[in-house]
Parts: sequence; structure tokens; C-alpha cells
Amino acid sequence: MIDVAVIGGGPAGIAAALALRARGVERVAIIEREGSLGGVPRHCGHPPFGLREFGRILTGPAYARRLEAKAEAAGVEILLCHSVLGLKPGGVLDVATPEGPRTVKALRVLLATGAREAPRSARLVGGARPLGVLNTGALQAYVYLQGLVPFARPVVVGTELVGLSALATCRGHGIKPVAVVEAGNRATARWPLGLLPRLLGIPVYYNSQIAEIRGGTRVESVLLRDGTVLDCDGVLLTGRFLPEASLARLSHLVVDAASGGPAIDQYGRCSDAAYFAAGNLLRPIETAGWSFREGWTIADYIADDLAGGLPSTEGGVEVVAGEGLKFVVPQRLTRVTQLRGLMQLRVNAPVSGQLRVRAGDEMLACQHISTRPERRILLDMDGIKIPPEVSRIVVDIAP
Amino acid sequence: MFDVAVVGGGVVGCAVARRFTLQGARVVLLEKGADILSGASKGNSAILHTGFDAPPGSLELACMQAGYTEYLEIRDRLRLPLLESGAIVCAWSEEELAKLPGILAQAHGNGVAAARMVTPGEILAREPNLSARVLGGVLVPGEHLIDPWSAPLAYVLQALANGAEVRRNTEVTGGAFAGGAWRLETSAGPVACGTVINCAGLFGNTLEALLTGAADFTIKPRKGQFVVFDKAAARLLRSIILPVPTERTKGIVVTPTVFGNVLVGPTAEEQDSRTDAGTDEATLRMLAEKGAEILPGLAGMGITAIYAGIRPATERKEYRVRQAPGYIALGGIRSTGLTAALGLAQHAWGLYAGAQQPVANLIWPQVPVLAEHGARDWQSPGYGEVICHCEMVTSREIEAALRGPLPAGDYGGLKRRTRAGMGRCQGFYCNARLAELSAGCFAAPLAVGGAHD
Repeated sequence: MIDVAVIGGGPAGIAAALALRARGVERVAIIEREGSLGGVPRHCGHPPFGLREFGRILTGPAYARRLEAKAEAAGVEILLCHSVLGLKPGGVLDVATPEGPRTVKALRVLLATGAREAPRSARLVGGARPLGVLNTGALQAYVYLQGLVPFARPVVVGTELVGLSALATCRGHGIKPVAVVEAGNRATARWPLGLLPRLLGIPVYYNSQIAEIRGGTRVESVLLRDGTVLDCDGVLLTGRFLPEASLARLSHLVVDAASGGPAIDQYGRCSDAAYFAAGNLLRPIETAGWSFREGWTIADYIADDLAGGLPSTEGGVEVVAGEGLKFVVPQRLTRVTQLRGLMQLRVNAPVSGQLRVRAGDEMLACQHISTRPERRILLDMDGIKIPPEVSRIVVDIAP
Repeated sequence: MFDVAVVGGGVVGCAVARRFTLQGARVVLLEKGADILSGASKGNSAILHTGFDAPPGSLELACMQAGYTEYLEIRDRLRLPLLESGAIVCAWSEEELAKLPGILAQAHGNGVAAARMVTPGEILAREPNLSARVLGGVLVPGEHLIDPWSAPLAYVLQALANGAEVRRNTEVTGGAFAGGAWRLETSAGPVACGTVINCAGLFGNTLEALLTGAADFTIKPRKGQFVVFDKAAARLLRSIILPVPTERTKGIVVTPTVFGNVLVGPTAEEQDSRTDAGTDEATLRMLAEKGAEILPGLAGMGITAIYAGIRPATERKEYRVRQAPGYIALGGIRSTGLTAALGLAQHAWGLYAGAQQPVANLIWPQVPVLAEHGARDWQSPGYGEVICHCEMVTSREIEAALRGPLPAGDYGGLKRRTRAGMGRCQGFYCNARLAELSAGCFAAPLAVGGAHD
């Protein structure tokens, strides 16, 4: 019997495994479907990674290798090329391995399966289906893992941070983006990063979306909704991250439709208390450093739990994302005398107003907020008192 | 010199090549695409139909029922899947409800005796996630689901194993029939044969005009768009949910697939282009909403894939089968072609009336198991590694699909043979690996070059 099985060997999963070992938990295993640990940073061949964790600036692959070495040195059991296919109640996992299917049992399981970008299908981008329509993750795997390029003159969709990272990847590897297409009226990434396309001399089409991808075998052009045709040989769809929550969705665990990840309480506990979740699986999207810290924090709670130290989930309080909010994590609060920790929020549209936490008509917390989509929004739960009869609180933004 | 040149490597061409080869004819299959199933056969709804709603007394019905029977006979030996889902024709309005007795009578008239009326209560007991607005239905237990790509692949592999030749990237550009033999001109050199069997699908009339001077039928391309929902949706539905059909089309179907997804489609859009299988956002959104009306749990469910197929409809509803000296046309084979292909192949053999001796000691190649309910490759040790995590495709499967008697000719062919890249992430994780593994295999490679540092 394993004490804690961590599913996913990216920054959150590795940090959790390190924290658990540091707390003296005996048998900690990372179950990773790829042939090496590290997760997404393995194919982000650019800085900055590792500042928070290692006090220096690394490229993604160097950061991934350091994480892997740390896990090995800490005595974590590392199961590579192991694909978890089923989550059963109480911490029983169905796992595919090159030696045949097996079952893994653990006292606690941490889900840390990360996130990925929405593919073309999920965005309902119409037109033909030629070669050359990819996400940033796939492009980076081409360039950094295989030394290949899938196109030479793509149109890049989106201006989240990852879209700008994609431009940098292109620029460093002989790919010349012909345009950036952004649905909003300005760049999603913060100033001055949003200026990058202009600095690279790449035209940006704001308030613009692809109506149709055209081409036979390969992409030949895209038609924008305003009728503009851009000649290109590829389409790079960036951002719009989705938690990689398919395991949870196919299981008995409750999944939050708003965040796309499993519903958790303030300790990262899922609807089955044998399961915890951390990292970008919880919400799109945070940095590797954030995920690392989150994995560490939640692993601490898991260690507490193994020692009998976490309060019962009985009589929990539902947390609802109200007006103006895309999602709230955690989605449930376990009742304690002194709430601690942070709520993570995101919005769908640029908004300015009062961020409120209410129980019925009673205001539990209120602060001014001015923010935009994809920006990190945190709400400190310290000091929030939930009345005993309340079973549901609403977080919203009043203009 | 071949006895027969089958022109077109869609499901009908593959089935015909198999039937004629098994009967002892020397067969060559000519396909202009880089792989088989490059045209109409690459996008359909993957249903093995009983023919319950086919026109009574029609050749289409006869071929569907013969094809259905033969599929069930041969599928174990070729290792082809069957998901015995059953179908329910559901009425959602009084008007549709009034049509159900006629549909049932037609089903019984067509020999589908197991079809019966079902009440809303029975429907919801069988399909508890279906919208409770359903007013009634006709249950057709014999409607099943199959793998629309492995089936034709198995047919053509059996033809190959028993002596047929398959030439891809070979487009027929002309031909002359003299002295009881054809000399076909193709993009890959001349081919001599006794009989041409036109299985050219969307280009059936073009080929007929090219070879005989005039075409007896006109192809009216009819596009159908589809939305494929995530595997998490599969537990919402067991049966194929059919609409009450109209004159023109069977309408929008909500169905499980053998791959463990839920499929919604197709639309029926007349168009001039035989190649433009483009989708559009408004229609895809409409399909997703239509699906969620029928199966409310689809609302908010992830969309895994979007695609369109083009049916080779003609100016008339029926199959356009005709024979002339040295020539058989199997034209206008629409959405029922997947079911009817084996039956059409039998029918074509009957028309041909060959005197050859059937092959003794038939070879039965087996195709990879891709169905979710089957024993997938990853369940057997020694698979190497998983390349496509969404669909659990192994490196052993990828390597097998890139080798063998009919290796994948393009990325689409690789996807259809293995399901790699067809899952929820659509290649986010595996596309670069597939580019590496398939390097040198395709005329249109995934990677256009090396990365400059």
C-alpha cells in the first residue's frame, strides 16, 4: 500500500511529493504517463522558471530536470510511462503500464494533471481541416523535443502570456508569424508584454476572430470575420487553457463546470476525501512557480490528514461564483473556527466594482476590484466568519 | 492484365475489391488519394443499419440487408467491432408522433420484425438521460454501431492478402474500351483490365463521363457536419437516437460511437463542391444545442472533434447502379453505404457474372481493435509507450500502422488506423511525437522542416 499517490509529475505534483517526503511520509509515488518527469516546462525552452523554487532563473527544460533530480534524491517512487485510467472510491487507481494493467492503492491520492490549451474543436473554429492547426503546447514539443517545425508562416490566435511565449518560440526557430488575431480590443497579457507583437513587427488584428480556415493538404489562408484573408501555412491557437480533468470527469468525483477542475475545499480535498487536487488542474491558468507552491501547500494538508489532523467535511459550505465571476476555487469550505487561505477567482470580461462575499443578505467581506480576464485574483479568507446556519455563500462583483 | 479495375477506395470500392478477389478475379483498386477513405467515406455516422426505413423493394434495402448480414458473418474473423446499441426513432412533436405507425409499418414491411412502438416511459427507462419531452418512439433493436474506418480497411486488407493489388495516388484520367478490354490512363501509368467498376463516389459521374462519353447521373454533393462530444458524455446514452426522417434526409442523429464518444449530426447541406468539407461555427453551435435539447447532459460537455462529410447524392434518391459492356457503376451511394457496401459488392459480382473459381483457403487478416469496449493494444504488455494519451494509442500500434501491406498514406490515414490525435486534446500532447514517428512516411509530412536554433 502506497501512502500517497501523486498523479502527474509536473511542478505541482513534484512539489507535493517533495513536501510529503519532507514531512516524513514514507511511501510517496509519482505516477507519470510520460517517459520523464517535469510536465509542461519540459518543452518550454525559455526562461523564466525556478526563481521561487531554486532562487535562479532557468529555462523550462533545465527547471524540469532539477525537479526530477530533487524527486529522485528525496526518495520518491517514480512510476514513468504509467497512465492512470480510472479513479475508484477510496484511493484505488486503474493504471496502464507497459508491463500490463495494474491496480494501485493509496491512502491518499493527489491529482495534479495540469492543464492544456483548448483545441480547434472546442473553439468551434470552422473551415477545412488541413495540416498545420496546432496549440502552443504542440508547437513547443515540435521545436524543443523533436527539433522540428510544423509550419513556417502561421497566424497566431490569442494574446495571453502563452501566445507571446509562442511568438518568442517562433522567432527563435525560424518561424515567421504573419499576424496575431485577438478577439478582445487589447492584449490579454499585461503591459508591456502585450507590446511584443508590435516590437517584432507582427500586425495584430484586435476585435477579430477566424471565421474559416482554408486549405487542402496544408493551411493556405484564414478568413477573418470582417472578410480579411490572411495567407499563411498554419494556425497557432494559443491559450484558453482547460484543466486536464478527464480522469475526474470519468470518475465519481464532483467536477466544477465553472473552473473545469474537480471541486475542492480549502485543503484541496475533493468530494471523495481520499482525493486531493492541486496545480493547474484546479483552474486555468497559473505559472509553474504558483503550481509548485500550491502543490507544496496542499501536500502539507495531506500530511496533516494522514496524521488525523484535518477537520471532517461534514456540514461544509458551498461557495458559488456569482455575477461577474467565471469561477471560484475552492468551491466548498470545510467549517472551521478560523478560516485561512486564499480564494482564487477569474472574470469573463473586464470589470471594475465591489468584490463581495455574501451569505444571503449578509455581507461577509467586500473590497474594490478592477480587473480583466485571465488575471490572477485572490481573496484572503482570513477573518471571514461564516454564520453557523449558512450552508451557501456567494462571491460576486457588484458594479 | 486485370479482370477488374475498381476505381475508388472508399467503403464501396474496398468491399467490391474484396468480393471480386474472393471470387477469384484478378483485381486492382485504383485510388487517387494518398490513402483509402479519402472522400465521402471518411465522414459518416458509423451506424450499421437494418434498413427499417429504406424504400421498400429498393436495391438500397436489399444491399443494406445483405451487407448487414455479411458484416455479422465476417466480423469476428476480421476482428471488427459491433456495439449492439439499438436505435429509437423519437417523436418530439404531435406531428412526428403521428408518423410513428407508418415508420413501424415500413419497418415490418422491410422485414425488420423486431421493431416495435415504445412509450415515453419505456424510452426513459432505457435512456434515463434523454429529454423527458419525448412523446413516443419506435425501437429498432437491430441498429448497431461499428467502426467506419476499420471495416473498409479490413475489406481491402483481405483483398490484398488474397491477391488483389491496391494502387494509391493513382487517378484515372482517361480510358478506351476495345476488343473486350480497357486501357485506362492514370496519373501513375496505364492499367489494362476487362471491366471497370466505378466506385468513385463523389466523382462517380465525372469518371463515367470520362470513360463512356456521358454520365447517366449527376452528383449533387450534400454536406453533413458533425460534433463529437467528450468520452465523459458516453455514459449519458446507450442507444442511437434517431429523428423522424423527412423526405430528404434521415435528420440529426444523437448516437454513441464505438470509440466511446457521443456524436451529433449530420446536417444536410446541398453544395456544388465535391471536396469542400468545411464546417462553420454557427452550424456546429446549432448541432451542439440540438444535441443538448435531446440529451440535456450534453450541455457544457467538452467537444472533442468537429468534422464534415460529403455524401454523393444524385438528382434521384435511389442508388445509381448500372451496367454496360465492361462497365459497372455503383453511384449515388449515400449515408447507407457503410452498411450496404458488402451487399453492393455481392450485387456487383452478380452483375459481372464471372466464371472464375473462388479462392480456396481464404486468408483472414485482422485489423487493430480500436473500439472502446474491445481489448485495446495497451491492455497487452510490451506495447512500448503510450503516444496518444487521450485515445490510449501505443507506439506499437503507430509502428504497425506505418508498416504492413497497406501503410497509412497520410496523417488522416494514420488517425483512422489508430485513433492517434482524435481525442479530446486533438494532438496537443502527441502531434509532435507523431511527426517524429511518421517522418519519411507521408508525401505530406506533419513537420515542414527542422527547427533552427
